[in-house]
Amino acid sequence: MSVESVSLGPARPLPPGHYGPIGQLRSEWTKMRTVRSTLWTLVATIIAVVGIGAVATAVTAARWRSGGIVDHIGFDPTARSLAGVFLGQIVIGVLGVLVMSAEYGTGTIRATLSAVPNRPLVLACKAAVFAVVAFVASEILTFGAFFLGQALLRGSTPYATITQPGVARAVAGAGLVLTVLGLFALGLATIIRHTAGALTAYVGLLLVLPLILQAFPVSFQHQVIKFMPLVIGEHMAATNPNVHAFGGGALLSPWIGFGFLCAYAAVVLVVGGILMHRRDA
Amino acid sequence: MIEAHSLTKRYGKTLAVDSLSFEVRPGQVTGFLGPNGSGKSTTMRVIMGLDLPDGGSAMINGRPYRDLPWPLHEVGALLEAKAIHPGRTAFNHLWMLAQTHGIRRSRVDEVLDLVGLSEVAGRRAGKFSLGMGQRLGIAAALLGDPSVLLFDEPVNGLDPEGILWVRTLLRHLAGEGRTIFVSSHLMSEMALTADHVVVIGRGRLIADRPVAELVAGSSRRFVKVRTPQAEVLTPVVVGAGGTVAPGTDGSLTVTGLSAEAIGDLAGEHGVRLHELTPLQASLEEAFMDLTRDSLEFGGHDVARTVTDGGAVASTAPGGTAR
Ligand SMILES: Nc1ncnc2c1ncn2[C@@H]1O[C@H](COP(=O)(O)OP(=O)(O)O)[C@@H](O)[C@H]1O
Ligand SMILES: [Mg+2]
Repeated sequence: MSVESVSLGPARPLPPGHYGPIGQLRSEWTKMRTVRSTLWTLVATIIAVVGIGAVATAVTAARWRSGGIVDHIGFDPTARSLAGVFLGQIVIGVLGVLVMSAEYGTGTIRATLSAVPNRPLVLACKAAVFAVVAFVASEILTFGAFFLGQALLRGSTPYATITQPGVARAVAGAGLVLTVLGLFALGLATIIRHTAGALTAYVGLLLVLPLILQAFPVSFQHQVIKFMPLVIGEHMAATNPNVHAFGGGALLSPWIGFGFLCAYAAVVLVVGGILMHRRDA
Repeated sequence: MIEAHSLTKRYGKTLAVDSLSFEVRPGQVTGFLGPNGSGKSTTMRVIMGLDLPDGGSAMINGRPYRDLPWPLHEVGALLEAKAIHPGRTAFNHLWMLAQTHGIRRSRVDEVLDLVGLSEVAGRRAGKFSLGMGQRLGIAAALLGDPSVLLFDEPVNGLDPEGILWVRTLLRHLAGEGRTIFVSSHLMSEMALTADHVVVIGRGRLIADRPVAELVAGSSRRFVKVRTPQAEVLTPVVVGAGGTVAPGTDGSLTVTGLSAEAIGDLAGEHGVRLHELTPLQASLEEAFMDLTRDSLEFGGHDVARTVTDGGAVASTAPGGTAR
């Protein structure tokens, strides 16, 4: 610990080049994997997506014979096994928020930006690392929920196979929706910079906005409901759009809806990046 | 080398830094002095590119922070506010910073060793004491082996051993030819570490000179005189051009005459002296003199509060502050 015993040596000449995305991507990955909240939110996502999907399909299988014909009409085994995606959207949002808000909450952002003052670069790398982690986790979970759910349904009810029309799209698409919603949450946290505030905004936009919409005339609801993230997500995770139509309004096709979702995420991320560049850290 | 050119920073109506210009040169410890709230931390955050100035500029080695190609190799900073995730281990905190610059793992171990944290490298930073957290912050500052280092109140909250360690480190780093800029609201702290001081009050530059000159240049040279015949000596001293003020302990404080002159006068007039001590204003007093002027400048719009440490905190309501 004696200062004299350790020579730091004279300041070295600078290496050629410039800091850049490769180092920053590595750094963001290290940051993400070295805090416990990442692991816990991922565990919560597993419980939400796979656990709820398993429970929903098991209950359906158990009650199928005693259920009336009404329950059987339009039964979508794919959507049933993806029932946990709804809660999964909230949990992945928590992860997206925390990845950014924890930097501000703990002051780590000052260390981060001292090392890499290019703030849009920091945001882009953070979002990219998050997107990869969220995408891999979400796809594993939606496919896991699908196969587990169909195994539980088989023998008791009609069930789906991945090769049936629309099924692979629903399962893979549900994972994509989770990923993009997580990015949306990350963007909100970049703008708001506080965990509680960002979570409130995220849950508000996801869940409360559709409720508020109910105060408006039905004709207006029908025009607007299809743009709600929650509706787009639910629609993506189903194979039969007619059955899952909300309030009777026409829906966007799954991929058009997904395009809107991506646009929402892009808007909040770009606004977040601009604010980050302009504001004091 | 750090340069500030007419640096100005406002927070809403608070003018935190007011067209501040100074240079911090390599090879010495430059103290950055000012009462609490005078704008030291703000200036450092602006130099580090974290807060954006409203006017003027701050340069490190001739470039604004945001234009540095390898910031960690040029500047390191221990700022006032914590910049560490409590859930991350000391090693991982440094490692994630190292990765941005392609700094090797062995260098992380090296700085952990330098600050004496090797044994707790795998412990989460949230469990660290204040001193350990400060050491981790210093390790982060040294990670890229930078030629410029900023320390914002580095000894705050440290025990005497820690304070001594930081002082020794600062002197050592300056001895290697680095540029060391260290803030404090205590002149006595700077007296022990700094070669040069930049003094600010209410965000404005008050003094920028070597520590020795700051003391020598102080108007406060005086002589402490103790005598049972004060009523005889006082008119004699005043007649010879001195100024006499009664001290708190029954002594007299004489300014404007040397100790020799006072002694001679006493001898000539048969006055018995019990004490005759030439005194120089301490660094602390020199500092208080300087900053008191700055605080009183602007009169009633300056709210002053004396904090527990006896240091003076000032708030300048905006608008009127210029
Ligand atoms: N982020 C901020 N928002 C608003 N006011 C601030 C902020 N940072 C500092 N200030 C104000 O700027 C002035 C200078 O503060 P600071 O730089 O912390 O002084 P010092 O470090 O010398 O104690 C104070 O009046 C303080 O209240
Ligand atoms: Mg301060």
